[in-house]
Amino acid sequence: MTKNITCIVCPKGCKITVEHNNGEIINVDGYTCKRGYSYACDETIDPKRTITTTMKNIYGATVSVKTDKPIKKGLMFECMKVINSTVVKFPVHIGDILIKNILDTDVNIVATSNAYLWK
Amino acid sequence: MYDIAIIGAGVIGAMCSRALSRYKLKVCILEKESDVAMGATAANSGIVHAGFDAVEDTLKAKLNVLGAQMMPQIAKELGVEYKNNGSLVIGYDESDKEKLEMLYNRGVANGVKELRLLNYDELKALEPNISDDAKYALLAPTAGIICPYSLAISAIGNAMDNGVDLMLDFAVESISFDENEYSIKSSNGKEVKSRYVINACGVHSDDVATLAGDDSFSVKPRKGEYILLDKECGGLVNHTIFTTPSDKGKGILVSPTAHGNVILGPTSVFIDDKENKATAPDGFDSIISSAKSMVSNIQFGKTITSFCGLRAVGDTGDFIINSNKPNFINIAGIESPGLSASPAIAEYVLDMLKSMGLKLEINEKYNPFREPYNKFSKLSQLEKNEMIKQNPDYGKIICRCETVTKGEILDALRRNPKPTTLDGIKRRTRASMGRCQGGFCYPYLVEILSDELGIPYSEVTKFGGESIINIGTTKGEIKYEK
Amino acid sequence: MKSNVDLVIIGGGPAGMSAAVSAYESGIRDILILERDSSLGGILQQCIHNGFGLHKFNEELTGPEYAWKYEEKVRKLEIPFKLNTMVLEINKDKQVTAINSEDGIFTIQAKAIILAMGCRERPKGALNISGSRPAGIFTAGTAQKFVNMKGYMPGKNVVILGSGDIGLIMARRMTLEGAKVKAVCELMPYSGGLERNIEQCLRDFDIPLKLSCTVAEIHGKDRLEGVTIASVDANRRIIPETKEYIECDTLLLSVGLLPENELTKSSGIEIDSITSGAFVNQDRETMIDGIFACGNVLHVHDLVDNVSEEAEIAGRASAEYIMHGNEKNIDISVKTDGRVRYSVPQKITRRDDTTLFFRVSNIYENVKIYVSHNGNEIFSKKKIKVAPGEMESILLKKACLEGINSGELILGLEVL
Repeated sequence: MTKNITCIVCPKGCKITVEHNNGEIINVDGYTCKRGYSYACDETIDPKRTITTTMKNIYGATVSVKTDKPIKKGLMFECMKVINSTVVKFPVHIGDILIKNILDTDVNIVATSNAYLWK
Repeated sequence: MYDIAIIGAGVIGAMCSRALSRYKLKVCILEKESDVAMGATAANSGIVHAGFDAVEDTLKAKLNVLGAQMMPQIAKELGVEYKNNGSLVIGYDESDKEKLEMLYNRGVANGVKELRLLNYDELKALEPNISDDAKYALLAPTAGIICPYSLAISAIGNAMDNGVDLMLDFAVESISFDENEYSIKSSNGKEVKSRYVINACGVHSDDVATLAGDDSFSVKPRKGEYILLDKECGGLVNHTIFTTPSDKGKGILVSPTAHGNVILGPTSVFIDDKENKATAPDGFDSIISSAKSMVSNIQFGKTITSFCGLRAVGDTGDFIINSNKPNFINIAGIESPGLSASPAIAEYVLDMLKSMGLKLEINEKYNPFREPYNKFSKLSQLEKNEMIKQNPDYGKIICRCETVTKGEILDALRRNPKPTTLDGIKRRTRASMGRCQGGFCYPYLVEILSDELGIPYSEVTKFGGESIINIGTTKGEIKYEK
Repeated sequence: MKSNVDLVIIGGGPAGMSAAVSAYESGIRDILILERDSSLGGILQQCIHNGFGLHKFNEELTGPEYAWKYEEKVRKLEIPFKLNTMVLEINKDKQVTAINSEDGIFTIQAKAIILAMGCRERPKGALNISGSRPAGIFTAGTAQKFVNMKGYMPGKNVVILGSGDIGLIMARRMTLEGAKVKAVCELMPYSGGLERNIEQCLRDFDIPLKLSCTVAEIHGKDRLEGVTIASVDANRRIIPETKEYIECDTLLLSVGLLPENELTKSSGIEIDSITSGAFVNQDRETMIDGIFACGNVLHVHDLVDNVSEEAEIAGRASAEYIMHGNEKNIDISVKTDGRVRYSVPQKITRRDDTTLFFRVSNIYENVKIYVSHNGNEIFSKKKIKVAPGEMESILLKKACLEGINSGELILGLEVL
């Protein structure tokens, strides 16, 4: 089987073709870097995405967050549900783990911005 | 119980209310929208016509010339931008030349001063960007430009400061007359009683007259679309440029605005729906092609917005200012030159009220002056710094395109007539009226409105009704701790 | 309040901060960054998505994280900055007038100025879309600010006009927050955004991208109720029989970015009508000596990494200018052939290795990028594909410029 993939690793957006047999990689073509190669393999076997979003806190502002690794594509909306129902306490620093091991995926939700009580 | 209820808070209602506030009278203005100046007053050319268009001896002719003469002083009292930039009607051929001569003669008969016919060289010297095809012109140095909604808002604010009441969201549903007293009811269950009624409802004035039992006239909406260019194009023309009027009407104009933009338009199309302010693609095409034939070097790419206004066109050809029911005055069919005529219309109506038996006793406390909304921007640097020291909000720029400070916005929010919407702030302070059209300042303005009115973000509207900006929060409702 | 400062930087976004750091590292200490927002970081603060910094930091960062890397440096080096401060005017004598709540209106005499004001979005007015004027129409960036910074939802059923990157990013963002994005319409036959954003922001969520398509009409009295979309022909005119009504409460516009050069223009600096930014030389110095420009105020970039790099050039050059003056030994203009829409810099005034950044006007495949002088090719490079959405660059080695002192270089494309 052949899968055509647009690489999302960097802005180049390489067109990669993966030949596989029910998930077993046979050949990868069109990639221009190592990251691209492994993205194409992952995308064929088990697509994953990094989620970036915000979390609420009791002071009205929002704190930007991300998954510290890509999470299974199919879990994105479930993951959003957990994030949206969690309230963050200030202060928050970049890199702080705000939700540990979300949905038992071994992925953490970490802060991507700093937020203090008083700006 | 009011002495006079004015229905409609456009420029006509505004001017009438201000004129009446000179006397010891109880006056109220009833407006169906959430703010004043939301109809034709908010969307027109903003031209103070010299007065040569209207046929001799019509109300249009008389009140235009008189109103235009009164306008500079009124603008000064109210702190409204007015410029006496003059107007030019251009002609391309011999037949146009004849029409220009006819307009000249009509203008002289109407009492317009300083009119002059120009040849090509004189025209080109005044307006270097004028089309080379334009060979003749009629110059009217007394014409001017004014910001129409600023005029109406400030006039109502001034009237309110002098004791007039304003009731917004008051859509008149019924009018009854009983023993020298009118009862006016709104669709949301409010009632106002008044001895006299002034009907200044623009496109709806025939409907309101009908509510009072007067079917003597009808008003049709004629839409006019406009294109507004960036202030960068401000030097395109100095005068307001018209083409020679044809059977189809006055045609489109190219003019600077009182705030330094360039306005192109209006189109002229009769429609049925009195609420339909939709623009149409053929409208834009016709504005662009007409404007191109009049003036060269127009940068259409610098368009910052386009909009549509509805003129109230009466069925008599002239302004309809009359009274067919006791103590009930219609001011209808106030199409162009209605804005120019508005101060004179108010005086004319005052005379009608007097002859109907209304006693006019001078209000000694009447103050014709009002501080302009843009007072801060007119100060010297020293004075500005003094003001920022007293109130740091004047040091915080909210609208970067028009350089409007938080102080000015808060000031506008706290003065009569108090705005409650983003468009209300825009029309008073110009915040969000510049080249980015609110892209930058909307989030700040929503925040300021929400704080000032004590309402959540999700209740802030653009212009009242269902025109909300944000429908809710991303993360569900949470109770915020301040 | 100091009235004399060596280097004033207007804008504390990625360009301004990067320029400040590199000027500092080049030996300038007397620096002042003027920023109109309440914090440093510029537009990156609301760009909470990832994809930044791969080039510069070799890791994938979100916007706020990328900005923080520079803010930390600025703070560590103790480079002074003023927040909530809006510059009102600059002039050719390098006087900067600004306003804030603490200092009021003040004027600073600078030895050099770096313009780093960024860009803004093209508003809806410029499009002349017909129909009514209800609430619910936003530029994508304004919606991004509402959603990411304020936590508010502009609407639930969304149509996006324009496939610029911010529009694509917002399609995903709104979808993740529970909105239904019904279509992304693009007037051109190709997207203005990056391939990977089409992949991960649209295809991931089955959002249709309609090329050669536009919003023909807006419906709704108070709040937006729907839009009529339609295909366009080769001349970008609407084809009436393709009109289709889509019910929606929100229309987001992602129809281009414009460098924010009001200050630049008021100082008399000449603007390139294609980039909408100043004409600059290889140092990113404008036609006024000692006034530099970098980042999106100079030309719109697709990658912040490139912005930082360009700002470093301007930062270093401004330091050089303040300390010794910049050497100018040649005077060459860089023109383009039309297939290449523009080049930055537009001038070369010193014989040195020079990178030319450029954008093309259409999608071309199998091309030769060339630079010629008086008909002689002095540089060429082959490329499989170039697209308007992606900024390209070439490095002109010093040796290429040997013997050329004046005249024009032509930067162009040949389709092979």
